[in-house]
Amino acid sequence: MADYHWPPANHRELIGKRIKRIDGPQKSSGRAKYSFDINRPGMLWGKMAGSAYAHAKITKIDTSAAEAMPGVKGVVTIVPEGQEVFWAGQEIVAVAADTEERAEAAADAIKIEYQPLPYLVTNADMQSAGAQFTKQLANRVVGDPDQAFQQSDIVISEGHYGLPVITHCCLESHGQVTEWNGDNLTVWESTQNVSGMAGEYVQGLGEQGITVPANNIRVITQYMGGGFGSKFAADTWGIACAQLSKKTGRPVKMMLERDHEQTTAGCRPSLYAHVKVAAKRDGTLVAWDSDAWGTQGPNAEGSPRLPYILEPPNVRAKYTGVLNNIGPARAWRAPNHPQMALVSNGAMEDLAAKLNMDPMDFFLKNIDLAGNHAKIYRDEFPIAARLMDWKAKWHPRGQGGSGPVKRGLGLSIHTWGGRGNQSNCQVVIHPDGSVETNIGSQDLGTGTRTVINIVTAETLGLPLNAVKVNLGDNRYPPAGASGGSTTVSGVSTSTRRAATNALNELLAKVAPSLGATADQLDAWNGKILVKGNPSKSISWKQACAKLGASPVTGMGRTTNDLMSSGVGGVQMSEVEVDTETGIVRMIKHVAVQDCGLIIDLKTAESQVYGACIMGVGYSLYEEKIMDQQIGRCLNPNMEFYKLAGLGDIGEIVVHMMTGPGYDERGTIGLGEPPVVSPGAAISNAVANAIGVRVPELPLSPDRVLAALGKVPPAGGMTGGMA
Amino acid sequence: MDAFEYASPATVKEALALLGANFQDASVYGGGTDLLSLLKDNVEDTKRLVNIKKIGALHAIQNERGGLRIGAAVTLEQVLSASDVREHFRAITDAAEHISSPQIHNMATVGGWICQRPRCWYYRNGFGLFALDKNGNSLVTNGDNRYHAIFGNSGLAKFISPSSLGPALLALDGRIHIEGPNGPREATVEEFFVIPQKEGEREHALGPQEIVTAISIPAASREAKSAMYEIRQKEGMDWPLTSAAVALRMRGNTVESAKIVLGHVAPKPWPADDAAKSLEGQTITEETAAKAGDAAVQGATPLSRNGYKVQLARVTVKRAILTAAGLPFTEAKGAA
Amino acid sequence: MASNKEKDDALRRDVSKTRDAAPEPADKKLPDLSRRRFIKGAGIAGVAASASALLTERVLGSTSQPQNGGMGGNDGILGPGEVPVTLNINGKMRKLNIEPRVTLLDALRNHLDLTGAKKVCDRATCGACTVHLDGRAVYSCTVLAIDAQGREITTIEGLEPSGGLHPMSQAFWDNDAQQCGFCTPGFVMACTAYVEHTAHPTREGLGHALGGNLCRCGTYMGIKDAVLEAARATKMKGGRA
Repeated sequence: MADYHWPPANHRELIGKRIKRIDGPQKSSGRAKYSFDINRPGMLWGKMAGSAYAHAKITKIDTSAAEAMPGVKGVVTIVPEGQEVFWAGQEIVAVAADTEERAEAAADAIKIEYQPLPYLVTNADMQSAGAQFTKQLANRVVGDPDQAFQQSDIVISEGHYGLPVITHCCLESHGQVTEWNGDNLTVWESTQNVSGMAGEYVQGLGEQGITVPANNIRVITQYMGGGFGSKFAADTWGIACAQLSKKTGRPVKMMLERDHEQTTAGCRPSLYAHVKVAAKRDGTLVAWDSDAWGTQGPNAEGSPRLPYILEPPNVRAKYTGVLNNIGPARAWRAPNHPQMALVSNGAMEDLAAKLNMDPMDFFLKNIDLAGNHAKIYRDEFPIAARLMDWKAKWHPRGQGGSGPVKRGLGLSIHTWGGRGNQSNCQVVIHPDGSVETNIGSQDLGTGTRTVINIVTAETLGLPLNAVKVNLGDNRYPPAGASGGSTTVSGVSTSTRRAATNALNELLAKVAPSLGATADQLDAWNGKILVKGNPSKSISWKQACAKLGASPVTGMGRTTNDLMSSGVGGVQMSEVEVDTETGIVRMIKHVAVQDCGLIIDLKTAESQVYGACIMGVGYSLYEEKIMDQQIGRCLNPNMEFYKLAGLGDIGEIVVHMMTGPGYDERGTIGLGEPPVVSPGAAISNAVANAIGVRVPELPLSPDRVLAALGKVPPAGGMTGGMA
Repeated sequence: MDAFEYASPATVKEALALLGANFQDASVYGGGTDLLSLLKDNVEDTKRLVNIKKIGALHAIQNERGGLRIGAAVTLEQVLSASDVREHFRAITDAAEHISSPQIHNMATVGGWICQRPRCWYYRNGFGLFALDKNGNSLVTNGDNRYHAIFGNSGLAKFISPSSLGPALLALDGRIHIEGPNGPREATVEEFFVIPQKEGEREHALGPQEIVTAISIPAASREAKSAMYEIRQKEGMDWPLTSAAVALRMRGNTVESAKIVLGHVAPKPWPADDAAKSLEGQTITEETAAKAGDAAVQGATPLSRNGYKVQLARVTVKRAILTAAGLPFTEAKGAA
Repeated sequence: MASNKEKDDALRRDVSKTRDAAPEPADKKLPDLSRRRFIKGAGIAGVAASASALLTERVLGSTSQPQNGGMGGNDGILGPGEVPVTLNINGKMRKLNIEPRVTLLDALRNHLDLTGAKKVCDRATCGACTVHLDGRAVYSCTVLAIDAQGREITTIEGLEPSGGLHPMSQAFWDNDAQQCGFCTPGFVMACTAYVEHTAHPTREGLGHALGGNLCRCGTYMGIKDAVLEAARATKMKGGRA
């Protein structure tokens, strides 16, 4: 009998190797069909009209002109008269027409009247927000911070740190194609949550008076153009789209336009903080005090935990939520962690500078405060330092060179939980020897298909191309949503069990012909063989032929014994700062990351590269810019909502922790952790280069020049900012 | 984008007949890289697009009596490929090159490069070219003006002229060739780019029934050492925060005369005559270039959030001068 | 996203209050209300004689019938309704009836089911819609389909129509230059044009040369390797990438 446990390193043919993603050819040839690409016979296009106000009561909706327009087939009201809208751009009415252009014209022709209500769209300056828009959510005290800051032999560093709201900016915008066939609904959804999506529609349509059982709803997501935490729900547009389909009897495609995507479909909460942090002269952390605030949109719950990872014995951490009208917060890759890392690791680096310590020495001095993960960081720091040549390159603050262009180094550490989502997998072995793996998961571009393929093939001793992976469809066994870096563990462990169970069925059928019992057999290198006696074997194909007419199947669920949680990572960044212009450019970024057992090294490394690049984006460029006068986003586009380009990222070096101490923990998850540190590492590198902290991200020329004192701080660069 | 009529005339005369008395009657469609975005955003409205790319006469790059003439329908890529432009009118090549998108190079035309509309985000979000509230107060002055004007902003217009061709052309004493109902006319760059003063006025002195047919640069500019420098946040396509074009007429190692024009700092290309004067009779060094940069920003009137652009403009001028003179300087490049 | 055009001068009025306690916004798509009202409500005054008849008699968007029967109509004016358009796409002539306002990208995606080119920014910024016109990379979101007549249009579907993998696509796969893959077809098209038109591609030159495309997942490290690898492979063979 084959055993569930991960094979030892010397027994892995595929796991842990650099394997190209199996859906790569479809994507790189343009043949992959995303939900946005689905065209159905007779399909209509849906468009929405959004609120002109950041906060208002809707007093009148007149859709008559739109309904009379040529090609318009249906109108659905999302927010009815008498109800409130909470951000500019919130969807109020959806229309469907026979061409995309006509749908847009019809949406334009909808007349809506409002009673405006008070609103707030800024949050950098908590004082001006006022009590109406703020809610204290945390005031955590550990030890005796007041007394700790009174000690005489300590060094105290105080500073302001912050980063604004940013967006997900998924390239495939949110949306779907919906189609009814009698009482059955098919949805091609751009989602991170294939198996859970039917329930979303059951509830959402139910609220609109349309009863449809979950078993009548088919959800398909073969390819997904980016989610980053923002695509778990059906959302108002999904429900409206299904209503329009129902009303018109036609399939409807309704994907958000870019300005709508940027306005509504995902805000990452901001975080601003005044911090005081103290250490003994030898660098031992003593106390932390932070007064922090940030926005999570119209609702505010929960709070980021400060300080991050290195918690001294004395802490006071206050957090106030700013309830504003910028559109709802959505989970953004490692929710809260990049913000916490910037504030906390920025403050720690400032303290190290005040102590005249190399920040690496400072972090290592205090690394036991990281608890269980201290060993991981101790392993990773020397590797990162070697890859960056840290000791040779690092210099004390402000000694970044004599010319106008200064170089500097910065670092940061991070952690994340991971573990597996709850997924169910079915592996089918056909009598002709072909194999399929069925699982209701989804591949967001992280390499999920490839990972499932690898685990199935490894378990059955087959080459990759002997296995067909079927996912992205809720007709397959349910799998959890892809969030929190839980997919690889969820699908790998369930697939491992399913494949093992299927194999054991097969072994039982084959055993008699090999004169052995099932538990004496193994699958290896395209054969079924007797353990310890490899000459006694039959080929995989011959073995499967013994199944007769019926395939064998194995089911598997996510299991804890094949996975664990909790990873650590160290990142180091080298930047160049033009002190005449405030322009920051990347030289090099090193990421050392653990994630337990790695299934596919190639796509794992890609996850880390991608996270670092996303990190360059939010460190240097990204900001959702709101205007309090008009209550709206000023940059709902990709022209002034700036993503990093190919020329902006410098050299990136990724090192994955593998081998003893890492592999045996099983799978953990990787998507989120490496995106946590870039903000802090890059901000710290800029401080190291120019000798002063640029308090807030993004590190744009205005902010850098203000920190250098070359220009007066513009109105509200820190505080009062729109 | 509202529906519109479309015509693709073969001659300028036919094109002119298709335009209307108001800008909303018809729009000239060149590369479309700005126009289609304006229409999609309902920022501008038009009843008809007049495609001028089928007009053969607008496609030529010519040496005209030693000067340079570039037809309005010539693409930026064609400008970049023209060795005469690259060798003798480098500011033009620099300006095109800095738009770091091959797609834009392949699509955008010289005519559209001059006639594109401001990128002010209040304008682009539907609040009008002046972004005024009903009481006539400026949303820009009281709002987020980080990308707005630091010169020429005392009137209603606070936006910046987005064209990098404007400064380059002005530095090279270029002219803009226009045809309208009354026949052809020429405008200097300073006549063409204007700061609108009241509602209804535009930032170009171009009537609704007129078409830009070409730009030209006189032979006298051929020997000038010219260059353009710009500061933008990203390596790839990104709007410049500031730019500057410089043309130096040299006698041996000293500057006989100079022209310096700032871009992206005012509602029109902004000549820095004092800066140019400061170079006369001087050798170009880091020091004289820096002094010219200081002179260029005298009198700047930054808004609440764009004081940093004064510093950027200063450095931009310095580096543009050094570039034109072929002298090295340090700038942050990052790694590839 | 459509927002209302008619959302009235109440909104403009309200902007004046925005510095008070309860600010109220103006409308997004009301750039210049009087001008828009003038167009829509009051008709057109002082229109030049040559154009006035057309402008006043044809109500925009009022008909879906083909007008003027294509290119041969009076004074060559087409639309605003649907008109016949012929496009040379990947070597095949494709006939469509579309309004002049339909972009090449929408014609490809919505009318011809050629969905390799993606709609992302729809404003000539991100490059996801990149196709070749006469061998040059352009943003198909910002070219009118009617204007692409008479030109050779190559979409990613036409790079390797036989179904194999074009060397650039292969290099993207080999170097994992893709994650979600939504920017990938646009990047592949930009990269093939770059290699085709660049004698000596360099790593240093890529930031500028591929500055017209954006990726969100962060695949640039793979793309840098992929484009240089494909360039080497194709230059050695003397063929086009």
